[in-house]
Amino acid sequence: MSMIEIRQVSRWYGNVVAVNDVTMTIGPGVTGLLGPNGAGKSTLLHLMAGFLQPSGGTATLDAKPIWKNHDIYRTIGLVPEKEGVYGFLTGWQFVQSSARLHGLGDDAARRAIAQVDMADAQDRRIETYSKGMRQRIKVAGALVHEPAVLLLDEPFNGMDPRQRLHLMDLVRDLGAAGKTIVFSSHILEEVERVAQQIEVMVAGRHAASGDYREIRRRMTDRPHLFRVRSSDDRRLAAALIADTASGGVSLTSEGLEVRTVDFRRFTHQLPKLARDLDVRLWQVSPTDEDLESVFSYLSGRS
Amino acid sequence: MNSVVASITYRAVLGRKRVWLLALLPISLIAIALLFRIIGGGDESVTVTLMSTFAIGTMLPLLGLIAGTGVIAPEIEDGTIIHLLSKPISRPVIAATKYLVAASLMVGFSVIPTYIAAYILIGTESGIASGFALGALFAGIAYAAVFFLLGVVSRHAVTIGVIYALVWEGLIGGYVPGARRFSIQQWAQSIADQVTTSAFMKAEVALSFAVPAMVIVVVGSVIWAGQRLRVLSLTGDE
Repeated sequence: MSMIEIRQVSRWYGNVVAVNDVTMTIGPGVTGLLGPNGAGKSTLLHLMAGFLQPSGGTATLDAKPIWKNHDIYRTIGLVPEKEGVYGFLTGWQFVQSSARLHGLGDDAARRAIAQVDMADAQDRRIETYSKGMRQRIKVAGALVHEPAVLLLDEPFNGMDPRQRLHLMDLVRDLGAAGKTIVFSSHILEEVERVAQQIEVMVAGRHAASGDYREIRRRMTDRPHLFRVRSSDDRRLAAALIADTASGGVSLTSEGLEVRTVDFRRFTHQLPKLARDLDVRLWQVSPTDEDLESVFSYLSGRS
Repeated sequence: MNSVVASITYRAVLGRKRVWLLALLPISLIAIALLFRIIGGGDESVTVTLMSTFAIGTMLPLLGLIAGTGVIAPEIEDGTIIHLLSKPISRPVIAATKYLVAASLMVGFSVIPTYIAAYILIGTESGIASGFALGALFAGIAYAAVFFLLGVVSRHAVTIGVIYALVWEGLIGGYVPGARRFSIQQWAQSIADQVTTSAFMKAEVALSFAVPAMVIVVVGSVIWAGQRLRVLSLTGDE
């Protein structure tokens, strides 16, 4: 049972703030760091892994400082995103070296390789591996000492679907076994499949926190903005504004902009109203459905 | 000293074509010596000149640069060093191990070839071969240390190293006598001069300065590099 505590941590590079006053406590189980690219996920993960010094605040592991403390690596396994593996080593040599650096024998290496299902390819050089295989051998290298904490930076990137599912299962199992696991991702589906706890990062800030239902709810139960084009915008607008589903309707040259307050009701009512009024709908499109706007919404509220 | 760190470092530096980078200069040195020997030009003054200008003056700093930066800079550049740094091993130990690998490469690719080349030319006469080999040993260790530190602290280690070797030691050292005191090359000549009895050999820096200076440079560089490795920041792609 290990706890990572990030307290009011900021990290900036020159004038650029990568992580801004983030506080979070991460305990056993799988935690997903979710956010668009450039949100500071990677920086935060590096701060947890002892490869970056916080510009402000403290980062501790089981109440011990992480920065400048190589003893934490007895507890932490790290899977970096960069393909930073020695290509000239075979998979076996790589994991074996990892075990030896921890003062462990070949048994530990064998077990870790079996865990990621790489025994068949272990005698090939890493430079011949696919991206997904490299990812798995790195995970094996990080698991040799059975760490209580596993940090993974964008672990599912570049994996084919089968490998992805396999690694997701492994991560979930490790989390269920009581290990503290943190991984970063910019894909909501990925995070909600694996993580019990989701921490959303947007523009360096800790924007939201909760399980996936909580995050989903906050993403869907919010004012949506729709663009509607029809055969008679003005008549439709009058009917829409009379309905409780919409919070505001404006007429623009591109059609109607409807702000909904009750998403489900709006999706039911719109076709009904149009039919009753004999208005033909040409286009109904959400204008803010992309991930960025969802995230900026989340960040705007907290 | 950590054997896993050392073996990975050896493989990274000597693997495949990389080894030719280190082998090219010593092979040329021995080839030149053989050539002189065959055409019969191998007298004492030629030997001393070849050793001072080529073995000590050119080969040694370049190999120091290749070996010193080569054991660490590429790994920092491509991030592979995380594999070593994310382990419960003190970073100064990792630094010291990698430095020792670089120093051992200097012995293999610089000290021994220097002795062989001088021996081919004039055998053991006047202690020239052993004198220059000893000079190459001390200077090689010092060059490796300085360039190793450079490889840890700067991403432009090779450029800075070449500028030091060419501009400071080569150019400024040639015209400004004071600069020679702070030149590893000159320290090597001082040591060589102690052993050889050759009249063609003249050192400009006193041994009482060269030896302590070398010790300070080596110890200081390795300690500093270890401390820098403790605070090495790896940034993401963001």
